[in-house]
Amino acid sequence: MNLLEAENLTAFYGDFQALYGINLHLKEGEAVALIGSNGAGKSTFLRTITGLLPVGGGDIQFAGESLAKRSAHRIVARGVALVPEGRRLFPSLSVEENLRMGGYAKRKGPWNLQRVYNLFPILKEFAKRPGTALSGGQQQMVAIGRALMSNPRLLMCDELSLGLAPIVIRDIYAALPSIRAEGISMLIVEQDTGQALRVADRVYCFQEGRISLEGRPADLTREQISLAYFGV
Amino acid sequence: MADWINTLLQGLLAGGLYALLAAGLSLSFGVMRIINIAHGDFAILAAYGAIFLVGSFGLNPVEAMIIIVPLMAGLGFALQRGILNRTLGSDVLRPLLVTFGFSIIIQNLLLQGFSADSQSLTAGSFGTASIPLGGDIAIGLMPLTVMATAVAVLAGMQWMFNHTMLGRAFRAAADDAEAVRLMGVNHRHIYAMAMGLAMAMVAIAGVFLALQTTIAPTDGPQHLLYAFEAVIIGGLGSLWGTLVGGVILGVAQAIGAKFNPGWGILAGHLCFLAVLVAKPSGLFPTTRDR
Repeated sequence: MNLLEAENLTAFYGDFQALYGINLHLKEGEAVALIGSNGAGKSTFLRTITGLLPVGGGDIQFAGESLAKRSAHRIVARGVALVPEGRRLFPSLSVEENLRMGGYAKRKGPWNLQRVYNLFPILKEFAKRPGTALSGGQQQMVAIGRALMSNPRLLMCDELSLGLAPIVIRDIYAALPSIRAEGISMLIVEQDTGQALRVADRVYCFQEGRISLEGRPADLTREQISLAYFGV
Repeated sequence: MADWINTLLQGLLAGGLYALLAAGLSLSFGVMRIINIAHGDFAILAAYGAIFLVGSFGLNPVEAMIIIVPLMAGLGFALQRGILNRTLGSDVLRPLLVTFGFSIIIQNLLLQGFSADSQSLTAGSFGTASIPLGGDIAIGLMPLTVMATAVAVLAGMQWMFNHTMLGRAFRAAADDAEAVRLMGVNHRHIYAMAMGLAMAMVAIAGVFLALQTTIAPTDGPQHLLYAFEAVIIGGLGSLWGTLVGGVILGVAQAIGAKFNPGWGILAGHLCFLAVLVAKPSGLFPTTRDR
């Protein structure tokens, strides 16, 4: 059964149409990557799922229920978590408080402070420091941990690697398999196509608000991806 | 000499009332970015509420406060949930205009209901009692009680901010109003809770105000100004800064009034201006620009 299903989804920023009839699905336990250039609509798609941006037309179903008319906090309570682009940690909260904020919805599940510290041991050392005093990679770990604290069924990550050094990106991505092992499905937006293809079961390529390509990484050729990515 | 010490003590303790007024203003600005123009009027509304309860039901001021504070908190919650939440967005002018409207409505309702005559609450012998400290120096029990209450309220707020989920949600919402929704926080509810708390504090301030001095229906804006000054002197977003700001304002007013009874308020304003010139972000700023 599909955990997430977008049917003919459109979205707008004011008068500007950002998504044109997106059809996309994600099965329970699957990891799906969204690739595409800047402004292709990937982040907009994630924002629409979270309820931060209203659904303009079409529908999004999550576990058989429509999310179209739900507000953001109710969508989190249903088990959708977003690691936002730029991490968006709360500067006046400590690392631990940032993580605790993630558990605000009090969903039941395996994730708690201790589990997050097991996944990213460095965070425990910095628990009392302001979240924004950490390095970029460590902040990304806090952002992922914070999302996990809500015990999501679907974890969405927006540009995990943005602004991070390659070695740090490797560490962050190394944590993803153990998160998937908990049965969490993933939707990953990534400009680093190579990274995305390595972790994903399936890939959608976005181009100017539409899906230009869909497939399994092994089945796609470099030329196909390049064409779908750049449109040339 | 004793005269001056008494003056300073008086000013110092007056800061407690200003801090109570300022803390609510600071909270609603910090969490919702709403500048509540009607803040002072809500204090006066609470004061008249207490005067009404004392006059009509024979309650004492403490009993009246116990009833008024939760009522005002409920009113704050309802106004935020029902009206002010709808004004939030990119335009900062909208909440400003709506609260300005509240201010006019409250003043006119009070004029209608209580006339323009000044009124006050009496605390009996407690209101004039003082603790002698020797050498002609004495502390009034009433101002001391107000200061102690202010410190207790601020300490309670501080504890709540640091140790409860609600407090963390307030701070997180002040940091990033959108990201907090991704945590599963219903920001509209959190805003209403913050306004409820702000109104509870302003209600305490209002009842104390009526115990310490006479009040009239149109006094609100004047108290809004003091609250503003205390917040700005202390630094936006700083809880204990509002207490320091209130104390500095109180001491400045007391010293001014010592030279000439008409100079008290002027001295407070001048002190505020001096801080604004020397340190525009206040003495203990914690709020970041965004």
